[in-house]
Amino acid sequence: MTAVSTVAEPLAPARPATALPPVRRRVTGLRWAVRLASLVAALLIWQWLTVTDATPWVRFDRLPTPVEVAAQFGRLLQDPVYYQDIAQSLVRILTGFALAALAGIAAGIAVARSWLLSDLLQPLFEVVRPIPAIALVPVAILLFPRNEQGIVFITFTAAFFPILVSTRHAVRALPTVWEDAVRTMGGGRWRVLTSVVLPGALPGVFGGLSVGMGVSWICVISAEMISGDFGVGYRTWHAYTIVDYPAVLVGMITIGVLGWGTAAAVELLGRRVTRWLPARGGAR
Amino acid sequence: MSARTGLALRVDGVSLGHGGEPVVRDLSLDVHPGEVLVVVGASGCGKSTLLRSLAGLLPVCAGTLSADGATVTGPSPDRALVFQDDALLPWRTARRNVELPLAIRKVARARRRARAEHWLAQVGLDGQGHRLPAQLSGGMRQRVQLARTLAGEPRAILMDEPFGALDAQTRGAMQRLLVDVLRTTPATVVFVTHDVDEALFIGDRVAVLGAEGVRTLVDVPHPRDAATRGTPLVRTARREILTALGAHDDRSVPC
Repeated sequence: MTAVSTVAEPLAPARPATALPPVRRRVTGLRWAVRLASLVAALLIWQWLTVTDATPWVRFDRLPTPVEVAAQFGRLLQDPVYYQDIAQSLVRILTGFALAALAGIAAGIAVARSWLLSDLLQPLFEVVRPIPAIALVPVAILLFPRNEQGIVFITFTAAFFPILVSTRHAVRALPTVWEDAVRTMGGGRWRVLTSVVLPGALPGVFGGLSVGMGVSWICVISAEMISGDFGVGYRTWHAYTIVDYPAVLVGMITIGVLGWGTAAAVELLGRRVTRWLPARGGAR
Repeated sequence: MSARTGLALRVDGVSLGHGGEPVVRDLSLDVHPGEVLVVVGASGCGKSTLLRSLAGLLPVCAGTLSADGATVTGPSPDRALVFQDDALLPWRTARRNVELPLAIRKVARARRRARAEHWLAQVGLDGQGHRLPAQLSGGMRQRVQLARTLAGEPRAILMDEPFGALDAQTRGAMQRLLVDVLRTTPATVVFVTHDVDEALFIGDRVAVLGAEGVRTLVDVPHPRDAATRGTPLVRTARREILTALGAHDDRSVPC
């Protein structure tokens, strides 16, 4: 080992990039095995508790077994209504989320950059922000002629505030030197906004987008359960009312997978656009 | 390219400060077109504040600042400011940073790129344009900043301790590079430092700044000629600057 390291020494600066990956891959291989084992163990425990109708205190006798759930899942995968529900929920959440991202980033920058807009909008935001978006269901029903719009509105409101707040903080935390530099090159307000504020705030903004995506799912599902007539949330609640418990669990798993997928998409996009951050592997 | 000339900067009875109590009072100073004026002074005596005001980033409390006779009211691409460190946009590659002033001036994309490559080569960074600032050393980042400043073809370059964060060796190399590069531009330069030897190597004149204004203005003998370092004339100038800097410290006047 010592012999190897002395030989490799002169190359040290160039070395890590090529030398590290194999080691890291082996480590992640092991770690993936652990992660998989954890999931499998959870499923086995679930199966055992439900098959034996265990009722130590929490009652497992009415909960469907994983096998029943899997069978129901298999049936639903053949059913076009299942896909329609997924598509419906995705359209709702993506519409609400996209609108919230645009509005939240714009409002966050406006509030952070202009004292006038801050004074105009900030009190409003602070009053509305603590209200859980799902509590707006009655308002949404009153305001919007169509149920669909109401659900999108609730999703929008849910995602809007985390995005707004994180954008505002990110913009305020920007070092002034970048803006000064652009201004002394003759850059105006618009140039500062597009070349400094927006790219500089992006790492913080993506924090808000991740949180926003999470609460959007909570709200779209809840809204669908309360006032929907299709969608994954509605279907899950409907399955409960007709005592089809395996279908309830299939709905829950579907929601989990969809939420995970969209969160991963946001995360991936965030890493792409903030690749310049030194902490995230500046070497590559 | 039209014949660019250096700006004449005039500081007339100026008080400077970030609100509240001014750091500098009643400062008057003339910077001649095309010269390199170095401003020295202990930290906290308003050297950087003066530069920020000349750049138009900070309004003066009293008095007037003018460039070629016109009062300075805000930033202008004519007056570029070079910062001590970390002024590059970290999400842009070195080349895209150098392109920035050209993009602001709406230079066509292909020409922008060619100009940026040219200036990167001028500061000895050819082939490094694709790197992000985080992948460059402190000295290289300052080179990129210099290239970015020069690409904007300013008529005055205001440099705020640009080599202050560098180690001694890199610093010496950067001073030589700066002297070489400045030969190719007609711009007026105001260079702030607290290093007297740096001042004597780079400047035509050295102004010693104190809280009460300019303490002394020293003409540098044989400016930018490394061979004259240590000659009696230069030593006299050096002593004169050090006296102006130090004499007041003995009487424990701040700055």
